[in-house]
Amino acid sequence: MSATSPPTAADRPQPAPRRGARRTPRDHGANRAFRLVSTGSGVLILVVLAAVAVFLVVQAWPAISTPSDELADAVSWFPQDTSLLEFIGPLVFGTLLASALALVIAVPLAIGIALFISHYAPRRLAQALGYAVDLLAAIPSVVYGLWGAIVLVGFVHPIWVWLADVLGWFPLFAGPASDPSRVLLTASVVLAVMILPIVTAVCREVFLQTPKLHEEAALALGATRWEMVRTAVLPFALSGIVSGAMLGLGRALGETMAVLMILSPGFVYSFAVLQAGKQQTIAANIAAQYPEAPPLGVNTLIATGLALFVITMVVNMAARAIVARRKDFSGAN
Amino acid sequence: MDRHVKLSRISRVGTAVAVGALALTLTACGSDDPVGDTAGSDGSASPAAAESDLSGELNGAGSSAQGAAMDAWRAGFQSANPDVTVNYDPVGSGGGRTNFIKGGTAFAGSDAALADDELTDAATRCSDSDVIEIPVYVSPIAVVFNLDGVDNLNLDAATIGKIFDGKITKWNDKAIADQNTDAKLPDLAITPVHRSDESGTTENFTEYLKGAGADGWPYDPSGDFPIEGGQSAKGTSGIIQTVEGGQGTISYADSSQAGDLGTVSIKVGDEYVAHNPEGASAIVDASPRVEGRGDADFALEIDRTSTDPSTYPLVLASYDIACTTYEDRATADLVKGFLTYVVSEEGQQAAASAAGSAPISDEFRAEAQKAIDAISAKS
Amino acid sequence: MTTLTSPSPAGAPGSSDERTLAVAASLRQVDARRFRTDRIMQVLVYLAFALAMVPLVSVAWTVVDKGIDRFSPYFLQHSMRGVFGGMDAGGIYHAIVGTLEITAGAAVISVPIGILTAIYLVEYGTGHVARAVTFFVDVMTGIPSIVAGLFAYALFALFFGAGARFGLMGSVALSVLMIPVVVRSTEEMLKLVPNELREASYALGVPKWLTIVKVVLRTAVAGIVTGVMLAVARVVGETAPLLVTVGVIDSINYNLFAGRMMTLPVYVYDQYSKGLAPCSSSATDCITTINYDRAWAAALTLILIVMLLNLLARLVSRYFSPRMR
Repeated sequence: MSATSPPTAADRPQPAPRRGARRTPRDHGANRAFRLVSTGSGVLILVVLAAVAVFLVVQAWPAISTPSDELADAVSWFPQDTSLLEFIGPLVFGTLLASALALVIAVPLAIGIALFISHYAPRRLAQALGYAVDLLAAIPSVVYGLWGAIVLVGFVHPIWVWLADVLGWFPLFAGPASDPSRVLLTASVVLAVMILPIVTAVCREVFLQTPKLHEEAALALGATRWEMVRTAVLPFALSGIVSGAMLGLGRALGETMAVLMILSPGFVYSFAVLQAGKQQTIAANIAAQYPEAPPLGVNTLIATGLALFVITMVVNMAARAIVARRKDFSGAN
Repeated sequence: MDRHVKLSRISRVGTAVAVGALALTLTACGSDDPVGDTAGSDGSASPAAAESDLSGELNGAGSSAQGAAMDAWRAGFQSANPDVTVNYDPVGSGGGRTNFIKGGTAFAGSDAALADDELTDAATRCSDSDVIEIPVYVSPIAVVFNLDGVDNLNLDAATIGKIFDGKITKWNDKAIADQNTDAKLPDLAITPVHRSDESGTTENFTEYLKGAGADGWPYDPSGDFPIEGGQSAKGTSGIIQTVEGGQGTISYADSSQAGDLGTVSIKVGDEYVAHNPEGASAIVDASPRVEGRGDADFALEIDRTSTDPSTYPLVLASYDIACTTYEDRATADLVKGFLTYVVSEEGQQAAASAAGSAPISDEFRAEAQKAIDAISAKS
Repeated sequence: MTTLTSPSPAGAPGSSDERTLAVAASLRQVDARRFRTDRIMQVLVYLAFALAMVPLVSVAWTVVDKGIDRFSPYFLQHSMRGVFGGMDAGGIYHAIVGTLEITAGAAVISVPIGILTAIYLVEYGTGHVARAVTFFVDVMTGIPSIVAGLFAYALFALFFGAGARFGLMGSVALSVLMIPVVVRSTEEMLKLVPNELREASYALGVPKWLTIVKVVLRTAVAGIVTGVMLAVARVVGETAPLLVTVGVIDSINYNLFAGRMMTLPVYVYDQYSKGLAPCSSSATDCITTINYDRAWAAALTLILIVMLLNLLARLVSRYFSPRMR
């Protein structure tokens, strides 16, 4: 600690002095209390997360332990001759399909936008344009739902019909395209718009972190701007893009309102995303059935919520693990 | 350092001012009386207040189909009795019946009458007295469709059943064309739309198809649409929006919501009858009561196969369920007062204008009123 | 090496004119293709950005266009009590009250926990616990909002029975979503505080806790406030958890601890699900699309609130952040 020059955010991996809280002789009284309170808060977060899991399990238990035929009697929308797992299966499938589609739409777009802001747009404009993308995140999901159900559904219909005509041989786009387009693909488009800001933000961040030397070296070798991006920026940012995509996936998995307001639900394993009444997502199903569900129905819905919780946990943990690995690598530089 | 301290102090003052101002505007300007009648929450004396000696809180729960009508009834009853608050929680018919039986609410709204075992439990809840079930909300269900150039179609129940079952897939199918020789029917796919949530509308619609549709509809009546897949939407509003959003769509909904959509005249006897409130209340009058129940129990078996063209058998009859004997005086009086208002001509008209329901007939009102008058407290 | 202008193997010395020409020609060919690719990619990148602006503009335009007519002082100051059918009346006051109170409740729960956790992570945390907290805060960021709502429901159902619905439940649900955001942003801000300040304070004999409160927090306060406001802006538009925990009501309820409350996002959804209102042809005071109009106007209000919070947050961070010179 010799110089007094202001340190910046980036070059400060270990900011606080690790003074060895316990070894300080003056660790008593207010000092000790403050340390314990803040440590308690940290631990409380772990407790809360554990509590989320525990309470979900507790409330889901009646549905898990009740035989499925009894469940079908008590809960009108629970199908006959199906076990709880067979009931959750199509929902998980629908959730994953919707999110995966959203990801396929959003990630290339996000990479493009992030590149535009980090490497293409005029420097002065870049920040303002970045805000514009962030504004997408400021719009509440229920407004997206409203917009999707009333505006977008009509707008995309001719496109979906065309897709079904031209690419109908591909299972995903099997026709006929339903009219109105209250189909999974429409919902996925809205989901894609909703996750665009977060994926873009992560991509932008890592693109900006590309070592200037690599970029300049590429340009000095005569690379065009795109070649520079392809050879220097993208390889460097790959893991960042992956983790951004995973974060986006986490968001899309749990999004409720947009799907609830747009999709005609169905409960089968089907890839036909242009046909209505095939898929449903867990979150939208909970919101749709919850207000009028009988007690055992609420338990069943919480069981599906538990499944969603586990899925998003896994996805997010994977994303964070990738980020953490990436930090280790870049730390070596 | 000094600078920062100053800044944070400024910001703190600023925040305090902002919060204060916000709180001030909020408490100063808010009004719980958007309609502008004097019977507001402040309980100021209005002319009606002098006449009413009712006060307290009345809680009900149940059918969301009654929701719009219940809004009107609550508003009307509360403005006549300013010291009364009526709460209605649209948790669904099943939830409403369960809450009522458990004693959580004083009355329930339900699209179906109590089942036999529920009736036993309900009697226990009502201090072993009779249970009142009155079809207070009768609404014709319209079969609506969206087809350019066609405003009205004539269809019999069997054809409607086959359409919703996916057996008839084109608008120019012979079965449809034969009944509509004048209509220009396109070679277009039919998109049936059904309710995605459990609903009394679906239950009554499927009951009608099963009862009147002969071989056209092989499924049992159910609040959940029995066929998997296909276009669907939540709530009547969702249905209407979906039907409007597509071309060649057909669905069923409360007739009040049909709006500009094309509607189907259903075959009753030898004629085709368009949905109409008079026909709906006529079928309620013509339908027999479920046998073996108390005098106050107006549970109906709606005659879906009626052949009288002055009736419209595709109706939703939603009940209000209450006790004839309550534990305490106050609740008994409130329920009595509220139900009297609900079945009164004024109440039925309010529901008709707010929710488009069919007002019950005078004869039926007289009978129902007799049952309501019998509501009393346990002595 | 120094004169290379392209990665192609053009390093051979031009011993014969013919070869030079050939190389030059091939180079030009390759270059043409490369530049075309470059152009195409540039167009694609610009297009990606333009495409992302389409929904933004469309949503903003639709909401303003459809919501502005009904957006009025009356609309902001009245509740929906006694409003039914196609009545040309009713507003969102009760929903604004609910949204403000529930969000404030969420902030009251999450801000202390969030800031203290961040302090723990930056100033005290070492070893397994700190690493676990960091990791799970990140994981918690990804909890689906509806799951947070179910958690709050499950928690309160234990004490108040299955039918319980009141404002505080919503606050708890929202705070589950809010805490990780507050922790994250506060952590970033605390890390920005130079160590020199801490050391100067220790050197003067100030105990550690007082150093944190008086020096570290005070230096970072603008950034923390910004972070909190952004976190509030994030949860204020949440619908699903409130649908599950707080329910729907049409009158004003100021009490966070008893009874249902209306909130703006739920109001939007509720009005949307009410659909068209039936109007007899003779009625004059009846608007068929009233429910949709109210939904759009409430959506407009909601977006304005969120934008305002975002704007305030940016202003706070711009004008109140410490400048070390």
